[in-house]
Amino acid sequence: MPLVEFAGARFAPPGGRALVDGLTLAVAEGETLALIGPSGAGKTTALKLVNALLMPTGGEVRVGGRATTAWDPIQLRRRTGWVIQEVGLFPHLTVEQNVALVPELEGWPTPRIGARVEEMLALVGLPAAEYRTRRPHELSGGQRQRVGVARALAADPPLLLLDEPFGALDPITRRGLQREFRALQTRLRKTAVFVTHDLREATLVADRLALLADGRLIALGTPAELAASPEPAVRSFLEAGA
Amino acid sequence: MTAEIVRATGQHLVLVLVSIGVATAVGVPLGIALTRRPAWQRLVLGSAAIVQTVPSLALFGLLISTGLGIGNATAIVALTLYALLPILRNTVTGIAGVDPAVREAGRGMGMTDRQLLWRVELPLAASVILAGVRVATVVGIGVATIAPAIGAGGLGVFIFRGLHVLDNATILAGAVPAALLAVAADASLGAVERRLAPPR
Repeated sequence: MPLVEFAGARFAPPGGRALVDGLTLAVAEGETLALIGPSGAGKTTALKLVNALLMPTGGEVRVGGRATTAWDPIQLRRRTGWVIQEVGLFPHLTVEQNVALVPELEGWPTPRIGARVEEMLALVGLPAAEYRTRRPHELSGGQRQRVGVARALAADPPLLLLDEPFGALDPITRRGLQREFRALQTRLRKTAVFVTHDLREATLVADRLALLADGRLIALGTPAELAASPEPAVRSFLEAGA
Repeated sequence: MTAEIVRATGQHLVLVLVSIGVATAVGVPLGIALTRRPAWQRLVLGSAAIVQTVPSLALFGLLISTGLGIGNATAIVALTLYALLPILRNTVTGIAGVDPAVREAGRGMGMTDRQLLWRVELPLAASVILAGVRVATVVGIGVATIAPAIGAGGLGVFIFRGLHVLDNATILAGAVPAALLAVAADASLGAVERRLAPPR
């Protein structure tokens, strides 16, 4: 069963043009799907429809078979890891407090939270002994993004949403994190929706790509299928990105 | 004389502390409410700004004419009204100044509005809010020196008395401690403010 389904989903802000328009798309359990397309294609909007930061103004988005409008948004978001380009680490909290946040909100017992923080930091390559008491401003951009991933995974959500997670990093750090993300995913097998405008990144991290333009889905398939597509809209994006 | 100065300093502090306390207890929650209802900001901040423009002696006079009479209570009401604007404005500015990415990350992680306020917005806005309290306190210490004009106590008693009998020493007995209080309040609250400022 797909974990995430867009069923003719549409989103238009009050009085504005539709940012996502008639999107129909399913993300299978354990799959990493990349939403690609130029800026303004509606990728971030589509992502926010999944964790109910936005509600569809038409159609439906279902998570675990239930429409986002029927979920308690707080519950839905606690079961969904969320990683954004700006990272959004809390600057007044330590690395440990940042990673511990959702488990803490969920009322996990303290020893379990401590163990989990250690495990998550190890997973993203930041030994807890060295990093747990640091604050975000004492970390490099790449390290901050690792903490962002650790934080998103902390409460073991079945679903991960990533919005240009490596977009603000230098190319070398970025390549490294893309590979690590892929490696992490082969181990964890989380269902993930990964927004990026970078075709190479999408090809590296995702099982399937969904190409959006002007809020509509114009192509969907494996990286190889997309590369072989004769569609002019697909060709123009691929060639512009190459 | 020294004992009298100490007592007047105590009265002065009480006037300022009570009014700043009330203004903070009203201004911070009201400021938070305004960040949730931005449409009301103009009206509320505008009203507070108008109060701020009334000359202090005139405000004291106005309050007497509303039936509050003379004395410490009236002075405290006036000082509270003066303190409200900086505290309100800084609460609104401080919370509005929280990085939208941080706020969105919190919402996306499933924080309720209340959790976002207590765990993210208020800690990150604390130094800005405290800056408002600091400005209000320093201004309040100054304005409180004219409170004796409406029968309240405080260090202004010496200033008015000294002016009356043209005695510089008596004027200074009120003015110097008042100035020192203002400097001390500014420095100590400024130090706390720097400690609360989120690292960048």
